Amino acid sequence: MAVCVAVIAKENYPLYIRSVPTESELKFHYMVHTSLDVVDEKISAMGKALVDQRELYLGLLYPTEDYKVYGYVTNSKVKFVMVVDSSNTALRDNEIRSMFRKLHNSYTDVMCNPFYNPGDRIQSRAFDSMVTTMMIQVC
Amino acid sequence: MEGLTLSDAEQKYYSDLFSYCDIESTKKVAANGRVLELFRAAQLPNDVVLQIMELCGATRLGYFGRSQFYIALKLVAVAQSGFPLRVESINTVKDLPLPRFVASKNEQESRPATSYSSDSENQGSYSGVIPPPPGRGQVKKGSVSHDTVQARTSTDQQEPASPVVSPQQSPPTSPHTWRKHSRHPSGGNSERSHAGPGPFWSPFGEAQSGSSAGDAVWSGHSPPPPQENWVSFADTPPTSTLLTMHPASVQDQTTVRTVASATTANEIRRQSSSYDDPWKITDEQRQYYVNQFKTIQPDLNGFIPGSSAKEFFTKSKLPILELSHIWELSDFDKDGALTLDEFCAAFHLVVARKNGYDLPEKLPESLMPKLIDLEDSADVGDQPGEVGYSGSPAEAPPSKSPSMPSLNQTWPELNQSSEQWETFSERSSSSQTLTQFDSNIAPADPDTAIVHPVPIRMTPSKIHMQEMELKRTGSDHTNPTSPLLVKTSDLSEENKINSSVKFASANTVDGYSSSDSFTSDPEQIGNNVTRQRSHSGTSPDHTAPPPPPPRPQPSHSRSSSLDMNRTFSVTTGQQQAGVVAHPPAVPPRPQPSQTSGPIVHRPVDADGLMTHTSTSPQQIPEQPNFADFSQFEVFAASNVNEEQDDEAEKHSEVLPVEKPSDPASSLRVAKTDSKIEEKTAASTPANVSKGTTPLAPPPKPVRRRLKSEDELRPDVDEHTQKTGVLAAVLASQPSIPRSVGKDKKAIQASIRRNKETNTVLARLNSELQQQLKDVLEERISLEVQLEQLRPFSHL
Repeated sequence: MAVCVAVIAKENYPLYIRSVPTESELKFHYMVHTSLDVVDEKISAMGKALVDQRELYLGLLYPTEDYKVYGYVTNSKVKFVMVVDSSNTALRDNEIRSMFRKLHNSYTDVMCNPFYNPGDRIQSRAFDSMVTTMMIQVC
Repeated sequence: MEGLTLSDAEQKYYSDLFSYCDIESTKKVAANGRVLELFRAAQLPNDVVLQIMELCGATRLGYFGRSQFYIALKLVAVAQSGFPLRVESINTVKDLPLPRFVASKNEQESRPATSYSSDSENQGSYSGVIPPPPGRGQVKKGSVSHDTVQARTSTDQQEPASPVVSPQQSPPTSPHTWRKHSRHPSGGNSERSHAGPGPFWSPFGEAQSGSSAGDAVWSGHSPPPPQENWVSFADTPPTSTLLTMHPASVQDQTTVRTVASATTANEIRRQSSSYDDPWKITDEQRQYYVNQFKTIQPDLNGFIPGSSAKEFFTKSKLPILELSHIWELSDFDKDGALTLDEFCAAFHLVVARKNGYDLPEKLPESLMPKLIDLEDSADVGDQPGEVGYSGSPAEAPPSKSPSMPSLNQTWPELNQSSEQWETFSERSSSSQTLTQFDSNIAPADPDTAIVHPVPIRMTPSKIHMQEMELKRTGSDHTNPTSPLLVKTSDLSEENKINSSVKFASANTVDGYSSSDSFTSDPEQIGNNVTRQRSHSGTSPDHTAPPPPPPRPQPSHSRSSSLDMNRTFSVTTGQQQAGVVAHPPAVPPRPQPSQTSGPIVHRPVDADGLMTHTSTSPQQIPEQPNFADFSQFEVFAASNVNEEQDDEAEKHSEVLPVEKPSDPASSLRVAKTDSKIEEKTAASTPANVSKGTTPLAPPPKPVRRRLKSEDELRPDVDEHTQKTGVLAAVLASQPSIPRSVGKDKKAIQASIRRNKETNTVLARLNSELQQQLKDVLEERISLEVQLEQLRPFSHL
């Protein structure tokens, strides 16, 4: 379903970014980058609110003509950004949430790996496979 | 070494072995592959092998020269012979058999080692000596220390150094073991148990090829890598290795030694990663892993935190990425810590990777931490210890299957708190108990199963019950049709028919069956009318609680016919038993007058109230047959339950009681056959002719039988039996129809009633069929809806 999945670190540099192999991959990257502003905006809007699952999920960040961008932030300010194709009509909010949840779980697993240094690029195969399943789902 | 005198055979044998081991033809057999394998094949304890190696001087030299090799072989023979290993024993022990390098102990001399796998042991122990080769200078020290260490280890933790040393020792074994295992299909833990009584050379040849392959791999992989690694490992903590060798410094260098030993073990292990079953952990490997685990985490039930595990595995010099992947694979519960099983799996993967195996994408089954059961591949020795692990928190999740998906599902829920681990371990046991309980509970109580009322055979009791029902129904409603109709509507078609038939039969038999004892006497006939009522009213009293109406009375497809039969039988019952015994076709014709009442009554029974009245009069005359009916019932029951042969017998019994039996028989017949209507109708005319009464029964039974077969297939047996009974009874009875006139009227009335009953039943049948169709249509529509909805459910 997702055409692009990105994991952004707290310092707003990408830990992991992966797109459906198309020629417009750069466009996806750019979209993810621009969405960071929206994410920050939402994060600041949340303010002192207790961070919970609902607030972790930022929802639709901004839609474009072809794509929709969803955001999700973790407690450690690690952001997940997902770009989905607008033509997917059956993509419901719950599904996006579940996808983010899976992302979060996989990310946690990666974090648990003692060989992973926080801040490194995520090179976990399990993570990759999980993202692949997410990206293939819709196709 | 002392001079070694070898016999010719020994000489030859030893030279062959040396040649085999001396792959490099350097006249110096390094303590690698073949030699170790060979020594393993000797099936000697590790300490013995160490001793041998020490004695032969290989440890000192760091390699097996020819002389050392020969001495070693000799010592092997000595050891295998049971003699104490001493340098002197080489020459002192005379007539020593050739060293046997076989799995089986009782190998012939000429065929030493058949079990190649046993070489692994030797290898293991030997590899303790191996370290020397790569780095001679160090090696020697190492070898010496290794020997001492190994000796110590063999002494089993007598010194603080032993724990440190253990890793050193075990690794040597495991890799070789693995290699052996990998090479041999029998692999696994069969090294020791290898039967291989076969000739040494054949397996040796195989092993040779295998080992050569392995050696090739070994040489390909191991020499450079292991040596490099060895060196590297040694280098990384060069002092540590040396230190490890010095027990004195054990305490200070425990960790380092651990690492060093681990690294060495790693290398060795890597070299010997299994080939056939790359992911199977052998016993020695496992033991080694366990020892390594202990070095990091003394508590086998605990787990190694990620940081220490990282540090440990970083020593393996694998790329971080690969280590990360290994961690991902092995950390089953994703808790950032390694339990023993996870640790073993990780270690195994590291070794495999070191040996060039690509890491799998998913954790192999054999490496998966078992939830409750230990790894089957794991050695028995490890199992007891590991049971705790498997039962440990990591494996706690209730599911026993080590399937990752199931575990993964539970993993996210697991926190990293040790408390949870403990709880998990408890849970695991509880889950075990739960499963046990479930299994206990599983067996359903068959007794609880309530048997649905099935068509009752015309056993006496059942017949009575049916009669009761019929009587009740008949008595309850003055209007023969309505109540019975109502009743029939409540019942299934068949049941209705049966019930009606039962009713009819009950009514008719009421007087008869109401008492198994059949105290009815002819006098009762006079009271038939009242009796009929009373029957209906008293039927319940007499008989046991009437069975549920829907008693599929196979024979009662035509209640009316039964009634007719009853009526006829009643009417004729008085006269002759034969009349009563008339098959459903016509109740005792001979007693139409008498059976008028019962006849009226009977139809009601069968069909409903229609024939009720008709049967009632019939019942009166049947009363005298009550006594007979009892007999008849017995007869009928027995007949029903038995073959017709019995019927004949009973028939004879009934014969004495003609009159009573007639109505009984006729009733029975009526009851048993639902087609009595037709038969009665058919038999009526037959019965009318008294003269032909004797003949009537025969045709009636025949007809009945036919009808029963046609209509009540499931109850054919009953019917046939009943018909047979009835037929027999009827046949036995003399002409029944005595009062033709009465019979005629009764017959006609009964016919009418039967017809009405027939129509009613037919209507009911059609209605039920219609309902059935409707229900089926509904079902189809529902199914269609379900299918339509189903596509959406997957979202």
